[in-house]
Amino acid sequence: MMSKVPYEVYTEEVEALSVLSPDGEIVNEAMMPKLTDDQLKEIMYRMVFTRTWDDRAVNLGRQGRLGFYAPVSGQEATMIGSEYALQKEDFVCPGYRDIPQLVWHGLPLYQAFLYSRGHQHGGQIPEGVNVLMPQIIIGAQILHAMGIAMGFKLKKQKQVAITYTGDGGSSEGDFYEGLNYAGVYKLPVIFFVQNNGYAITTPFSKQTAALSIAHKAVAAGIRGIKVDGMDVFAVISAVQEAAERGRNGEGATLIEAVTYRFRPHSLSDDASKYRTKEEEVEWSAKDPIARLAKYLEKKGLWTEEDTARVREEAKAEVNEQIKKAEKTEKMTVSGLLDSMFETTPKYLEEQKADFE
Amino acid sequence: MAQMNMKEAIRDAMRVELERDPNVLIFGEDVGNVGGVFRVTEGLQKAFGEDRVFDTPLAESAIGGLAVGLGIQGFRPIAEIQFIGFIFEAMDQMLIQAARMRYRSGGRYHSPIVFRTPFGGGVKAAELHTDSLEGLIAQTPGIKVVVPSNPYDAKGLLISAIRDNDPVFFMEHLNLYHAFRAEVPEGEYTIELGKANIVREGSDVTIISYGMTVHTATKAADELEKSGIKAEIIDLRTLNPLDIDTIVTSIKKTNRAIVVQEAQKSAGIAAEVIAQINEKAILHLEAPVLRVAGPDTIYPFAQIEDSWLPTPARIIKAVNTVLEY
Repeated sequence: MMSKVPYEVYTEEVEALSVLSPDGEIVNEAMMPKLTDDQLKEIMYRMVFTRTWDDRAVNLGRQGRLGFYAPVSGQEATMIGSEYALQKEDFVCPGYRDIPQLVWHGLPLYQAFLYSRGHQHGGQIPEGVNVLMPQIIIGAQILHAMGIAMGFKLKKQKQVAITYTGDGGSSEGDFYEGLNYAGVYKLPVIFFVQNNGYAITTPFSKQTAALSIAHKAVAAGIRGIKVDGMDVFAVISAVQEAAERGRNGEGATLIEAVTYRFRPHSLSDDASKYRTKEEEVEWSAKDPIARLAKYLEKKGLWTEEDTARVREEAKAEVNEQIKKAEKTEKMTVSGLLDSMFETTPKYLEEQKADFE
Repeated sequence: MAQMNMKEAIRDAMRVELERDPNVLIFGEDVGNVGGVFRVTEGLQKAFGEDRVFDTPLAESAIGGLAVGLGIQGFRPIAEIQFIGFIFEAMDQMLIQAARMRYRSGGRYHSPIVFRTPFGGGVKAAELHTDSLEGLIAQTPGIKVVVPSNPYDAKGLLISAIRDNDPVFFMEHLNLYHAFRAEVPEGEYTIELGKANIVREGSDVTIISYGMTVHTATKAADELEKSGIKAEIIDLRTLNPLDIDTIVTSIKKTNRAIVVQEAQKSAGIAAEVIAQINEKAILHLEAPVLRVAGPDTIYPFAQIEDSWLPTPARIIKAVNTVLEY
């Protein structure tokens, strides 16, 4: 006779938790974050602003005024919502697409543009803004967040670190190592995975045989949750609670937010090669901004005119910030040599001569 | 003054810095409770507590990433990678994340981290415990590489490395941990990184080396002296930055040089030393600068490593070649 092994725990599907339905109704009162009318409008403002900036950035990229740029449209609920749920002193460790979180956490937009254009000043995070530079090595930032969280713990500061990656990133060794360490040391860290269905071109079905990314928390002994990533309230609620638990010494949380990028992976990618028009249409019906707008309109907090006004404001701001980026003083090779070490060694001093 | 072997001197450096600076932390696989597989950190957890000296789960990339994150938080991590072969698992965190942090952030962040690792052959260790990988690290911009050859240097260099605000890769030769005892001052003292040391003065030929092969070179120099040849031996101590000035000064005196390294011959530290000699002292040379090094195979199986490693005889042969050129 076969022995009975309790596999059920690991094979149970988890549903992505929603708070706000696509037609703008609250479907889960218990999970609805407490937000004032002003806060609701601020969240909407940020999402519309970010969408507009994304639209403009794509054009700027085509004009050659930006360098590498990873579009964000469709992911505003995960990006804006998760950052909104944090405190200013909390630390953000982003992947390469997570520029909006950096900007809303305090990085000036022109510096984000400078980063894209390949200028060192793009990474010179202002004092008091607790973010790291965008990470290109997928998953490396997960380990930094874990170390930063340990720093908060050792200094007895009630802050958390949040780190972002995607469905592809959740396959990296660093992802598992980070979750595991965070479990062992009970660190105040939030692993936020934006599962947008594709790692560049590779679909989620080829990324893992696990039923969800949230399941991976089980192996690390930390808490995992899966939320509707097109629903800004579900995202805020999940991050607020994870942050609260982190501040209270209750350890790490893995959040999987199921979302979709409306645009290709980057400006040099063609999404039609790996996903269907039908799928794109299906997801655009779940647009996180449209969904929040419906809710706010019903409450009398937002109108189409507000959206139009914010779009104009955002366009003007983006124009100003890109101009500021373009006017930033050019780098020099000598300056680069001087930024290698705290004190420039003699052999680097000597190499300056070749560039003067 | 206390007599210490190199392992005790390294431990003493860490003890001094743990006492002096509350931001110094030590972590790695097995370093806490028992003090590491070679007992280099023995007793430090007991003395300084589990928040300062602690064991990590077995994952080297995470050890590196933990160090980078703690560095951003203002700590001074000393991260031990248990064996040299395991550094490959931590390469991204050491060579991309830590080494580039200051540059990528334009000075906003830095990585005041020491990555310690044992390495080096001649002790019949397991596979991948003995490689000399300093060339890989020294080729990477943004990280310093230090290899001590004796207890006194080990302590002073490690204290400097811990206090340095940039990442340092600190390599401890397995064959030197217990090789001999020497006088090591109590308390703190530093040896500046990037400064070589003339361990033996001579006028006929310069032997440039570091780590274990400084001692191999010394044995060769003893033999050479019997036939009236006076070799000057330079212990590089730091491989990046390299102290080319000390080398050039010596070559102006001896006009002949060889470089001895345990690592494989090609594209390594010796090649870099010779390139810099070429740039700065070629007109002072009476002969080409030769290399005595491991051959370009994978690090050998334990049973043949003594034949593979540089020997006094091979050094003497190279010296005679440059003298007779």
